[in-house]
Amino acid sequence: MSDILERVKKIVVEHLDVDADKVTEEASFTDDLGADSLDNVELVMAFEEEFDIEIPDDAAEHIQTVGAAVKFISEKQG
Amino acid sequence: MTKRRVVVTGLGLVTPLGCGTDIVWSRLIAGQSGLSRIEHFEVEDISCQIAGIVPRVDGRNGGSPEIEGSFDPDAVLPAREQKRIDEFILYAIAAADEALAHSGWEAKTEEDKHRAGVLIGSGIGGLQTIYDASVLLNERGPRKLSPFVIPAMLINLASGQVSIRHGLKGPNHSVVTACSTGAHAIGDAARLIAYGDADMMVAGGAESAICRLGLAGFAAARALSTGFNDNPKAGSRPYDKDRDGFVMGEGAGVMILEEYESAKARGATIYAEVAGYGLSGDAFHITSPAEDGDGGFRSMSAALKSAGLSASDIDYVNAHGTSTPKGDEIELRAVERLFGECANDLVMSSTKSAVGHLLGAAGAIEGIFSVLAIKHGVCPPTLNLDNPSVETSINLAPHKAVTKPVKAALSNSFGFGGTNASVVFKAVD
Repeated sequence: MSDILERVKKIVVEHLDVDADKVTEEASFTDDLGADSLDNVELVMAFEEEFDIEIPDDAAEHIQTVGAAVKFISEKQG
Repeated sequence: MTKRRVVVTGLGLVTPLGCGTDIVWSRLIAGQSGLSRIEHFEVEDISCQIAGIVPRVDGRNGGSPEIEGSFDPDAVLPAREQKRIDEFILYAIAAADEALAHSGWEAKTEEDKHRAGVLIGSGIGGLQTIYDASVLLNERGPRKLSPFVIPAMLINLASGQVSIRHGLKGPNHSVVTACSTGAHAIGDAARLIAYGDADMMVAGGAESAICRLGLAGFAAARALSTGFNDNPKAGSRPYDKDRDGFVMGEGAGVMILEEYESAKARGATIYAEVAGYGLSGDAFHITSPAEDGDGGFRSMSAALKSAGLSASDIDYVNAHGTSTPKGDEIELRAVERLFGECANDLVMSSTKSAVGHLLGAAGAIEGIFSVLAIKHGVCPPTLNLDNPSVETSINLAPHKAVTKPVKAALSNSFGFGGTNASVVFKAVD
């Protein structure tokens, strides 16, 4: 779980060009980290690539925070 | 309706001779060439292996952080933003930044922003982006495509990005007319100001099609020089008997155009007036110019007419002159036909001999060179013109720049599809 969190954080920092300490589990990609709709699509693609999973569009819509991403990925990897 | 006068108040250049207007101009009139062998992608299997590449701080085309005018992408945009745009947009942003800073123009009110627009075109747009996306789509499927593929390669996104960056909320437009793009962009933008749609326009062209697809595509059309792969700087040789095709170039040229009275009122430095603009079509062939040169003749005539000038008023012509076997002489004959006896006093040069053919940016950078010829009283040279293929009374400025007062200059651009544009610039007293 903590390993997933760190990897998610790294991706978010790289893609959104934000300070690592802002990337908390509660942080919203859009409201707190400045992502727009295209950034969100790109983030989901980066998660898919990093964790070798598929995130369907309807699931992606609900991944709006760092914590939500970590939770989804953890469940997917089971 | 009375047309308003339009003047040039700022210039920005990214070219194979470097980036920054002053350094590019000094190298151009010194007779330097920006052409080199392509080293940054595989060219062994392509008949043309040379190009006019923008020198970069990473070493491309001889650039380095220590050499003035070397292009530094990181100085324009953060790396994250660079990945979301094609290079032609990066060049457009850099040239627009320089031109705006150069002009000193600033929006003081929201209304000022509404009256300021952007019209930057490109002949081809994000070719490398399209190529990369096509390969990715083929190899890994549609889910792997970046959401930025489309906005990265769309031609009008050069205008879009520049408007967003500088808060310019007036007309937001673009041009796609192959090698006439830059000239059409400047002419059309001037008309938007003349007819009252805007008071200021950021206008020009940008291109970055020097990639395997672009090079191989033009090579397939037998348009490129193939005989100078071992001597790149001699590859672009307009009017010379050994010319064998054009050499691709890349970069961007952007001008700040303003309504004359408002430019004067704010104390702007005025470089020249956009005095006339003419357009025509050949209706002849997709890639070859009509043999009689009538299309070019008519676009030049229309530009003179709209400027209220006659041929004898023109001191310098910046030719389209691409170094193709057919096109150069056809244009030369059309200019001779238009100028008649005044041809004896005319200087005409092709700056493509030094920077190559920047396609959709060509008309914009050549318009800027025409404006600088007026400002400095110097006509840039035609490099590599050792043995003219035909006789002419026009001074083609072989090898060396010609110093002479230039009160008015005409810049020609002719493109695939038979699209012709001519712009007349003149000094403002």
